[in-house]
Amino acid sequence: MIEISGRWDYYYTLTSVALLSIASSGVWLTFYIGRINIGQGAYALAGGYVVAILVTKYDVSFWLSVPIAGLFCSFVSMLIGASILRLRGVYFAMITLVLTEVAKLTAMSLPITNGAKGISSIALPGELSIFGIIIIPDFSTLANVKLAFYYVAVILMIFVFAGMYRLVNSRIGHLCRSLQQNEELASSIGVNITILRIIAYSISSFLGGIGGAIFVSISQSVYPTTFQVADSINFMLNVFVGGMGYVFGPMIGTLFIYFGWDLLFTTGKYQLLIYSSIIIALILVLPNGLLSLRIFNKSNKREIK
Amino acid sequence: MEQVLTNGVYLGAQYALIALGLTLIFALMNVLNFAHGQMYVLGGFVTYTVYGQFEMPFVVAILASAVTLAIVGALVEKFLFRPVLKNSEREESSMLLAAGLAFFLDAVILLLFGEKQRGVPKIIDGVMNWDFLIIIPYDRILIGVLAITFIVTFILFMQYSKPGRAMRALAQDKVAAQLMGVNVTRYSMLGFALGAMLAGIAGGLLVSIVGVNSGIGGPISIKAFMMVMIGGAGVISGAIAGGFILGMLESIGLTVLVAYGDMTYLLIFVSLMIFLSIRPQGLMGKPWG
Repeated sequence: MIEISGRWDYYYTLTSVALLSIASSGVWLTFYIGRINIGQGAYALAGGYVVAILVTKYDVSFWLSVPIAGLFCSFVSMLIGASILRLRGVYFAMITLVLTEVAKLTAMSLPITNGAKGISSIALPGELSIFGIIIIPDFSTLANVKLAFYYVAVILMIFVFAGMYRLVNSRIGHLCRSLQQNEELASSIGVNITILRIIAYSISSFLGGIGGAIFVSISQSVYPTTFQVADSINFMLNVFVGGMGYVFGPMIGTLFIYFGWDLLFTTGKYQLLIYSSIIIALILVLPNGLLSLRIFNKSNKREIK
Repeated sequence: MEQVLTNGVYLGAQYALIALGLTLIFALMNVLNFAHGQMYVLGGFVTYTVYGQFEMPFVVAILASAVTLAIVGALVEKFLFRPVLKNSEREESSMLLAAGLAFFLDAVILLLFGEKQRGVPKIIDGVMNWDFLIIIPYDRILIGVLAITFIVTFILFMQYSKPGRAMRALAQDKVAAQLMGVNVTRYSMLGFALGAMLAGIAGGLLVSIVGVNSGIGGPISIKAFMMVMIGGAGVISGAIAGGFILGMLESIGLTVLVAYGDMTYLLIFVSLMIFLSIRPQGLMGKPWG
């Protein structure tokens, strides 16, 4: 389709959709344990900075630094989560929103993150080889870097959603669902809710971290404002619009919202007005998300069960 | 030191006025109003237009802001929040709606008033100078006193009038209030209008000091959330306490850490997170709202 329309920039849009939906799927997982998470922007920003610093200052390979960024985020989230996961409902939502702001301010004030100037000219991913066999060639030698990032993002997204689907249908997934419905009851029948909450939250932050990390590598720069409060809210909107009861909700939601925003670009200054009206209308008409539409229902009911 | 404390009280009065509206809406409907900062900005722009452009008296401008925002609040409650709260089983939907509304108001404000920073001429000139210990312009004193007057009026209204009593009953226990014959729909709408009105008044008052621009809605919302979290969500005394505490912290922090700039806010945020992990419901809140 892209070849026909000749709009090569759609590759970039689709890459962004794939990466943002990875981060959104993390938000979805925290919804799954019954918490409203508006703090994903904080972890995406942290992941982005970890990659930027590792690649520019320490010459670590991109392919190694992305998982490190993810692990760093999940480690930080364990420390933070241990205290804030005791909060519920609106209180958790508010504190995670504050967390996004904290991340931005930290990035502004620490010396290693270079303050408001940010870090730019991050090198493109180098080659990945095991025992001398090149698996992925050096990105800077490729003719079309956008296409390469597109494949990386999409393959990663498929892995993430496959993993998520597996997780939700596993024993831990069922336990998470019990948390969503009634924490006291779950705890009274012997579910270790504290550990489970932290595990879910750290997986969520891991996904936010790698999503942000790759996003930063594509734009080759990171600033404290790369991910801010509006982005955190957008991650939440992605999940809601796609539908919270469905594993693939974040993917559909991100596709819809990001593409919608992009297509509305032609309307100029009315872009935000139309966009927000559509979102409000969607909430009024489809409170359970796009995937609750009947055309999707047949295939999805069977998958979720 | 006296100067710092005076600034803190002055800032606190403004902040408390903003937080009051947010906490009122939360107490009545369990809605976290993301669009509160945008309502504040709208109030600021109405005052700017009436006082700055049409050159009417400042009092008229504040009244215009209050009335406009009360109407906006009532309409938003009737046509957006009420159907969503009725139809959806999850409380999260209302939060999503509020976020959508915040974007919507942002767009409307941008289209109507443009993106420029707007200010109005000073209400009264001159600076009060008390022995070089406290130096404060007269207009700041006036705005601070007005803000405190509005807060006191609001508390008296909630405490002694019939609608105020009804709203407090609603906040305590919706079902019980309904059984006692309180008209839930009407007072929810009134409460939302009142909350929006307080935001509008705060915006109108502050436009004469710091001006207003279309981008500050989000940051104001975040500050309001922080105040509400410090004091405890849904508690009126908590919102006032939270407002004054945040105002005082900011005033002291900006003086002591003047060389570090953003460090003040970072410290406030971090200490808030530590505070909340020890006392999740805030200073005066009920556990789990």
